[in-house]
Formats: sequence, structure tokens, C-alpha cells
Amino acid sequence: MTSLLSVQSLAVSYGPIEAVRGIDFDIKEGEIVAFLGANGAGKSSTLNALVGLVPVASGKVAFKGEDITDWPPEMLAPAGMTLSPEGRRVFGALSVAENLRMGAFSIKNKEAIEAAWDRVYGLFPILHERRDQFAGTLSGGQQQMLAVGRALMSSPKLLLLDEPSLGLAPKIIGQVFDLISLLRDQGVTLAVVEQNVAMALEIADRGYVLANGEIVASGPASELAQSDALKSAYLGGE
Amino acid sequence: MDLLLQQTVNAFALGGTYALLALGLAVVFSIMGLINFAHGELMTISGYTLMYCGIAGISFVLAVPLAIAVAMIAAVLMERIAFRPVRNSSGATMLVTSFAVSMILQVLFQNFISTRSQSVILPQILSDSINIGGLVIGVNKIAAIVATVVMLVFLDIFMKRQKTGIAMRAAAEDFNVARLMGIRANTVIAGAFALSGMLAGVAAVLWVSQRSSVDPHMGFLPVVKAFIAAILGGLGSLRGAVAGGFLLGFIEIYLAAFLPPEMQEFREPIGLSIVVLVLLFRPNGLIPAASLKSEKV
Repeated sequence: MTSLLSVQSLAVSYGPIEAVRGIDFDIKEGEIVAFLGANGAGKSSTLNALVGLVPVASGKVAFKGEDITDWPPEMLAPAGMTLSPEGRRVFGALSVAENLRMGAFSIKNKEAIEAAWDRVYGLFPILHERRDQFAGTLSGGQQQMLAVGRALMSSPKLLLLDEPSLGLAPKIIGQVFDLISLLRDQGVTLAVVEQNVAMALEIADRGYVLANGEIVASGPASELAQSDALKSAYLGGE
Repeated sequence: MDLLLQQTVNAFALGGTYALLALGLAVVFSIMGLINFAHGELMTISGYTLMYCGIAGISFVLAVPLAIAVAMIAAVLMERIAFRPVRNSSGATMLVTSFAVSMILQVLFQNFISTRSQSVILPQILSDSINIGGLVIGVNKIAAIVATVVMLVFLDIFMKRQKTGIAMRAAAEDFNVARLMGIRANTVIAGAFALSGMLAGVAAVLWVSQRSSVDPHMGFLPVVKAFIAAILGGLGSLRGAVAGGFLLGFIEIYLAAFLPPEMQEFREPIGLSIVVLVLLFRPNGLIPAASLKSEKV
């Protein structure tokens, strides 16, 4: 399999603080890759740097063989890569349908937009039911569905999910992970940042464990689940 | 009773103009966090366009759209030249930049046009008045109310039905996430400035039709009022800007009409005290912006 996304010595800094210190990883087509680690390990910074929301201090990011290191965020959705950000961040004062419409902003072809509507409403019938409601009035689980649905509207090849299960009821969390597996079956490649380690490793093919801005362990999900590096990454050991 | 109705019409006319100006400030602020004090100079530019059209003998019917278009172009240029370089700076930096733009333009008007007030030739009909059931209403007041309503309806449709309008609302709520959707920052911001220029242009036409003159400082006072209106309504909230504009118009007109003569001297402080009182009870304004709400949750 070819690499869809390949990252070489990526570094991200906020002023003097180094959040990500030169990490390498790649994501192959059709994979689910989990990024694990404690708060402040640099997972979200990594995803945000990939999509251009925070500047890349140094390193190189290539998507489908093209150097996208310094691309602004608005160029990535049309290229086939998008992020569903941490905390869902749906547009609360826009209706559900308007949120989805914005997800398809970069698509000019009317039929392609129709197909995207059908796909998202097929995955989430509740969004169709509530399409005229303000997104801010949805429950947390529904907002998460909307955030993922909105990202899917651009028909991405690679979907980055930042903490998709954060703040959701346990029953809903199961649905979110089922959805991630389903999306992979539909041909979407996924990178998932998760604090729910057990469930993330259950659905992921491979994983990377981050601590203090560095990758401390990587490998197939089943192996990582047994590894000591994972435990110490969360418990703060050396 | 007649006096009350009469003054209510006046309040709608003045409040509508404030509402349009406050909306212009709010559209830009909601998207890039800039309080554009040079908004008033967009009005002045429109005013001068009307003046030159009058001198050149261009009919008022043509001069009005021209004046609005010039304000839109000026607003877009202002963004391109002055505000784009400081786009990601702090609110204070952008605010000071807007003061600088405002002052530079005022000096340019003084040096290249005139320091004194210039009269603007207006069609006779604007200074006429009509009698509706015993109520004598100036045509310019009716024009102001009609223009305000038309602009508010246009803006509402634009923001709800047009893809660009929806994108502007999305960007106002969460600029970064909007960019993730592929919404171009430059497009949305230029669009916001064009819209604010249009609103300033319409407000300028209404302002000039009440006074039939234009001077280099013409835009200053109304934009300060609009700023107060925008704060009163909830900074960055479009509906709030409209509500704040009308409320301020009502406060000013009613105080001018009904305050006893010996108190008239204190009209402005009393009006502003009412504003402060409203803000004491609703610190985020009458209708707070969505981005403010989402930050709190």
C-alpha cells in the first residue's frame, strides 16, 4: 500500500514552547491510525499542523505525494483532506443543513453536493430529521455526528478526527467508533486522536504513542495494547 | 399623541441609519475582530461622491448607486491596503490602525477637497413633506425608513440564502473551522468589507439627505453613535446591531422631544446613562453574538 500522508520530522512551537519535536509517521490508504498519549503530548498540535491551523516550525508534510507543509487550511478540503476538530465546533447559530452545506463549500458540482447530502443523511437520519434546527440546540452526540457529517460533505480521502468521543455518553461513544469502522469500509482513510485508548486500539490498524511531543512507541494496534510505553505515556513515567 | 407619533417616525428614521452603520461595524467585527473606526470615512467618501455628482449635473437617481458603489470599493481597498497586513494582530493593533486610516483620510479630505462644509445638491422632493392623517412627515424621513427596511431585508436574505452569506455567518462564529471547510479567509473578509461599505454608503445617503452638506469630519459622530449602538446590541451580533441602532435612535429622539427645556442641556449624558444602565443588566448587549455564547459553554 502507498502512503497517503507522510510526515517527516514535523515540529510545532508556540513561542518558546515546543509542542511537537520532530516526529515522523505515515498513513497508508485505507488505514485507521490512532494517535494516543496524555494531555499535552502534542496529538492535537500534530493534527492542527497537518491542516495548517497552526504553523509548521520545521519538517515536511506530503499528501498524495504533494508537499502541503505550508498550505493554508482552506486549500486542504478541496485537496481531499479535512479535520473534524476537537470539541466538535459545529456552527451553533447555523442550522444543521447550513452546517452541512458549509462542509461542501469547496464542491462546485451540484450533483456531487446532492450525493454528499444523501450519504450524510443516510449515515445520520437524525440530522435529516433536525435539518432546520440550530446546530447549537442538538445534544452532544448529535453535534458529534454533525461535525463528522460536515467533514464528510467534502468527500475526503483522509479524515482526521480529534477526540471524537470526548464528552459523550458511553452508549454514544460505541456508536462513534462503529461509525469510524464503517467509514473505513466506505473507503475513507482515518487518523484518530483519542483519549479512549482501549476502544481506539480496538478499531485501529496501527497506532502512534506520543509523550512530550515525541513518538515513544508505534506499531500494530494489537501490539501497542500490550506495550509498556503506552502505560508510561499516560502515567507520566520515563 | 400626534407629537409622540411624529417623534416615533423620526426615531425610526434616525434609528434606522444608526442600525445600518452599526451593522456595517458588526459585519466586520464579527469576522475579524476589528472595530473599524474608519467606517465613518466611508460615509464621508460617499457624501463627497454625492456632492461631485451634484456639481457634475449627474441626476440624484444615478448619484445614489454611484455613491454606494464608491463606498464599497473604498472599503475593499481599505482592507487590502491597511487591514490585511495587521489581520492576525491583536484587537488593539487593528483598532489603532483603523484610527490611523480614519485620520489620514480626514487630512486628505481637508487638503484635497476643503476644510469647510460643502453643500450637496439634493432633489427638491427630499425636503418636501407629506400629510398622512394629520401627521406631517418629511419625505427624507420616509426615504430613510424605507431604505433601512429594504437593506435589512436584503441583508437577511443574503445571510440566509446565499452561500457566501452563510459562509460569512460561519466564519463569524468560528473562523478557523470555516477555513477548514475550504472557505477562503480573503474572500470572506473582502466580502464583509464590501458589505460594510455598502451599508456605510446607504447610511451616508440618508445622513446627507437630512443635512444637505458634507465636511471632512462628517462620518465621525455617526460612527461613534453606531459604535455605541453595536455595543448596546452586543458587539459582533448582527441582530443586536439592528436592535441597538433603533434603541439608540429612540433614546435620542425621545429625550430631545420630551425632556423639559431646562434639562435639554443634559440630554447626551442622560442618553448615555440609559445605555450604561442597559449594559449593567445585559453586559453582553441586548442580543449577544453567537461566538460569545459558544465560548462560554
